[in-house]
Amino acid sequence: MKKGGIWLTLSVVVLAVAVICSFGYFRDNINLGLDLQGGAEVVLQAVPEEGQTVSADDMEALKEIMRNRVDNIGVSEPIIQLEGDDRIIVQLAGVDNPDEAIDILGRTAKLEFVDPYGNVILTGADLEDAKGVRNPNPSSPREENVISLHFNDAGTKAFADATSKFFKQQIAIYLDGELLMAPEVDSVITNGQAQISGGYTLEEAIAEAAVLKGGALPVDVEVMSKRTVGPSLGADSLQKSLYAGMVGMALLLVFIIAYYRLPGVVAALSLVAYTIVMLFLMCWLHITLTLPGIAGVLLSIGMAVDANIIIYERLREELAADKSLAAAVTAAFRRALWTILDSNITTLLATVVLFQFGTGSVQGFAVTLAVGIVVSMFSALVVTRYLLKWCAQVPAFAAHTALFGAKKGGVVRG
Amino acid sequence: MAKTNFDFLGRRKIWYAISLVIIIAGLLSLAFRGLNLGIDFTGGNIMQLKFEQTVTADALRETVSQYVEATPSIQASDENTFLIRTEDMAEEDSAALLDDIETNLSPFEILRNERIGPVIGRELITNAWLALVLALILMLIYITIRFRFNFAVSAIVPLMHDALVMLGLFSILQFEVDSTFVAAILTILGYSINSTIVIFDRIRENRELHPKQDFDSLVNDSINQTLGRSINTSVAVLLLVVCLVLFGGDTTRAFSVALAIGIISGAYSSVFIAGSILNDITRLRGGEKFAKPAKGGKNGKKDPKLIV
Repeated sequence: MKKGGIWLTLSVVVLAVAVICSFGYFRDNINLGLDLQGGAEVVLQAVPEEGQTVSADDMEALKEIMRNRVDNIGVSEPIIQLEGDDRIIVQLAGVDNPDEAIDILGRTAKLEFVDPYGNVILTGADLEDAKGVRNPNPSSPREENVISLHFNDAGTKAFADATSKFFKQQIAIYLDGELLMAPEVDSVITNGQAQISGGYTLEEAIAEAAVLKGGALPVDVEVMSKRTVGPSLGADSLQKSLYAGMVGMALLLVFIIAYYRLPGVVAALSLVAYTIVMLFLMCWLHITLTLPGIAGVLLSIGMAVDANIIIYERLREELAADKSLAAAVTAAFRRALWTILDSNITTLLATVVLFQFGTGSVQGFAVTLAVGIVVSMFSALVVTRYLLKWCAQVPAFAAHTALFGAKKGGVVRG
Repeated sequence: MAKTNFDFLGRRKIWYAISLVIIIAGLLSLAFRGLNLGIDFTGGNIMQLKFEQTVTADALRETVSQYVEATPSIQASDENTFLIRTEDMAEEDSAALLDDIETNLSPFEILRNERIGPVIGRELITNAWLALVLALILMLIYITIRFRFNFAVSAIVPLMHDALVMLGLFSILQFEVDSTFVAAILTILGYSINSTIVIFDRIRENRELHPKQDFDSLVNDSINQTLGRSINTSVAVLLLVVCLVLFGGDTTRAFSVALAIGIISGAYSSVFIAGSILNDITRLRGGEKFAKPAKGGKNGKKDPKLIV
């Protein structure tokens, strides 16, 4: 019966090595939510103009534009996803200045008219309207269809100045810093009504006009909800909840070892295994750890403890019924199996629903809890089971069933 | 845990009364004071600003009030840090407000800046109800399959008990209710049903082992036999949650308080209410009809099952 002792020692060593080796890996690989590392989340709602409908293509285009803007901000791993038919969620974790980022995402594109020396003449704000129209009296085929621009008062004045100053030169039009077109000025325009010709078809003229008018967005967007967390608050929350978690875990381990003695130590080992597997799965499945997520982890630790407790209470009963240690361990697991499965599956059902109907942080919590429950069943039904079996095979332990919670030091039988 | 033989069922009127008092107090508070709904539900803005220079709440309130109609809530959190809650503000307005505060009061660091549109809040409420109802239906089905319908109904009653206790106490305490509160309630439902199932599982097993035993005494024995588990698990989970309440910081406090209340309520309802209700319902429906234990005796079966 020395086999159990060898396996036991081996598993403790493996666990210890795993803890030491995995520490750095988890620190570098776990995805922290924006509430823990600072960042921004914004829900943008497409707002069609009267008569306009928002198509799936529009939303895809919008998503691309958002991706470009995010790239310009320089965020490493943005999450940009469509929600429903007309919403986009953008999450930027770890961005240094979250409020500015949201500002950039939510605004309409920056349209600038620039003179040949690179000075801004006027911006999109001065442009009241842009339309693609058929030119009633074209002087050449190139002028059949034009983009007709209409400026406000300030724009009219600035444009009049510019067109007289840069007559027969090019005025460049930039959108978000990207050159759209550079029409040549062929007359001084003082009435605020300009026309750009370029051999467009009518469709092209209308499309270009739409880009000028709405910024680059195919449809207007409105910030429906936003959430920004400064990096310092995120770090503070992370530190506090980690501290709370560690104190809680320490108390819990003391409690369970004091109460259940040797099996309590086994439970503690199995909880360490649980924690490692859980963290590994979170890295592997790219589950983002959020504040409610930490609570989810803690609760699933509670479930893991519960499974252990169910088994040990059974073990005590079996030992009280004067069974041999090995038989008692086997019986305890057999009887606890369906109790643990039934109780955990009902909880799992709740997390599935939570995931389906929750949003954002609630979903993160549900995923964490669900994975946690599955891992906790594994830790109790596999890790605890084998460790306990091996313990029962060590003569020094088996000789003292009181270590396992028997009322009086029993005699080893069978 | 020493063998206990406490008469849970015999004193069930006392337990019902205790629960009813707490629930009715909560319902009255819900009716007259309502819940302190956060911006997740109502829509609105929350900003948490850490100022470089000393700023008073009054000065801040005065500045903020110029931008909103309803009186804003200004709450000091940490040193020189304030939490500002307002009704829904357009992006331009909140940007203008922040500029105003910076130039006229003091420069600051934005710790948090959230805005939830009113539409989102309405969707959240609808989804919360849907989630709750769907979770209950799924549990009903699962327990009916694994146990019996009587058990399923009796398992749902303590869940409603827990949800009402949590809602009621949050109304009495006027703690803010946000979307994580919905998560807390659903978690507690999961936790509480877990405890109830452990007890019912024992009833199912005992019924198989002692088919002739009176149903009340059988239920009572089962509660006593699982009492050690019920208490120890609750203590273990409470240790974690209480640490979260104490050391977890302001951001998670309401959430962890909700969990703590729920765990206590859940443990109570599983031990004191669930078994009694099961007994009462079973009597009302004319007693349980259980199958005789299958041949092979008490150790021959791995998964005792009731036959409908």
